[in-house]
Amino acid sequence: MRINSSIIVRAPKELVWELITDPAGYLDFMSGITRWELQGDGDVVETPARLELGSRVRMLIRVGAAEVGGLIEIVEYEDCRDMAWSSVTGIDQRGRWRLRDAGKGMTRVELRYSYGVAGAGIAGLLAERVGAPILRRRLRESLQRLKQVTEGERQRREAGARRERAAA
Amino acid sequence: MSKATTGSARVNGRSADSNASPNGDAPERDPDGADRGALAAAAALPLAAAAAAGGIAGRLLGPVARSLGNRLSADLDDRDPDFIRENLPLSWLISTLWFRGEVRNMQNIPEQGPVLLVGNHSGGNLTPDTIVFTVAFCTYFGVERPFYQLAHNLVLASPVGPLLRRYGTVSASHEHAREALEAGAAVLVYPGGDWEVHRPVWERNQVDFNGRKGFIRLARDAGVPIVPVVSVGGQETALFLSHGGGLARLLRVDRTLRLKVLPISIALPWIVNVGDFFSHLPLPAKITIEVLDPIDVEARFGPELDLDEVYEQITGEMQGALDGLAAERRLPVIG
Repeated sequence: MRINSSIIVRAPKELVWELITDPAGYLDFMSGITRWELQGDGDVVETPARLELGSRVRMLIRVGAAEVGGLIEIVEYEDCRDMAWSSVTGIDQRGRWRLRDAGKGMTRVELRYSYGVAGAGIAGLLAERVGAPILRRRLRESLQRLKQVTEGERQRREAGARRERAAA
Repeated sequence: MSKATTGSARVNGRSADSNASPNGDAPERDPDGADRGALAAAAALPLAAAAAAGGIAGRLLGPVARSLGNRLSADLDDRDPDFIRENLPLSWLISTLWFRGEVRNMQNIPEQGPVLLVGNHSGGNLTPDTIVFTVAFCTYFGVERPFYQLAHNLVLASPVGPLLRRYGTVSASHEHAREALEAGAAVLVYPGGDWEVHRPVWERNQVDFNGRKGFIRLARDAGVPIVPVVSVGGQETALFLSHGGGLARLLRVDRTLRLKVLPISIALPWIVNVGDFFSHLPLPAKITIEVLDPIDVEARFGPELDLDEVYEQITGEMQGALDGLAAERRLPVIG
């Protein structure tokens, strides 16, 4: 099952990219996410780091009666444009952040997510469909929160820049 | 964990652990003097005896006895992560749509290593709390993490026994639990077992392990933490009326079949359900489960354990959590 959602953010894509490659921010803006931990060589990475090609993250998202997810890996990384991940363990999943200029300093942010369990048969298909509205809502809420966080950050930085100019 | 070791549990068509308590106790007498967990053994023994005696009956019943014995013997290798993974969507659907399952504080379970998960048990032979928790555990930690559930012999001797073994269900005994823990697995045990799971509905919000303390010794001997798992709602999936201990004695099945409980309930589709041998269609009661903080038994209670004190402390904490969960419920079944 594949679902996707998109939103226009009043901020440059560089700023959006900065936020979505910061693993520490996911618990704040991703709806339903209960775990988002960057993994090192078998351990959780203690110091904050950026997501990059090959980064592995242990993630869980609450869907219905369970927290579902597993270990994912960043498999595609094009600066300020695309970042895609694929599951290593857990349910089969692929996801993608897709950023595009929307003109006038705005960015179109698209979040795509596909998931399933190979070999699960009819129950798997049914579970995918039952889970779809929940996940679709999660995606929409996540993008709304990302928009708020990003635009808040843009305003904060613009205000800081104005203060510096005034002080100068 | 070796085949040879586990294979040694297979003795003459019955499991060597068949007198084990479903709570993970070593074979021993319960406080009431009852041998528990012996239902299937009781069923297997006459068959095995007939087979051994030769004759037509023996030839006919021998394969049945062997089959039953194989179902009861434990083999941790029977657990099949791919099978669990492929069946998670079905379990998730049941857990989500029928029982509206909610499992809290999974992060209290240590991320790695062996752990003894100790739960209160509800819902008759169907045990919805196990379904909901198993889904939550397998999705949270992944099917790759070894996870075993100790079950009554009757469950493993039933037609769904072979499926449950692939889920990691093994017949309850101290030996099987210790073997799994030594292999680094998480083990789920319900000390109250058959007694607690059939308690009357008006005791639905009570933790009742019936004085069984084997799980404490197990954790101490294996040096693993106990993580209490408290659930509410399971005992609202039918109208449970009685353990039926008196009925079992009246019908003498306590002696002939070693059945110390013969539960009586009002349940679909049977209406009056005696024994719950064929299970029942559960009402869609909301199941809420809360995982409590881990308990390092030796660190907390010292090397010289007073089993009674530890038992009272742990069941007391679980009862407190259950009271909290029960207080959240506005209506039975609805939750």
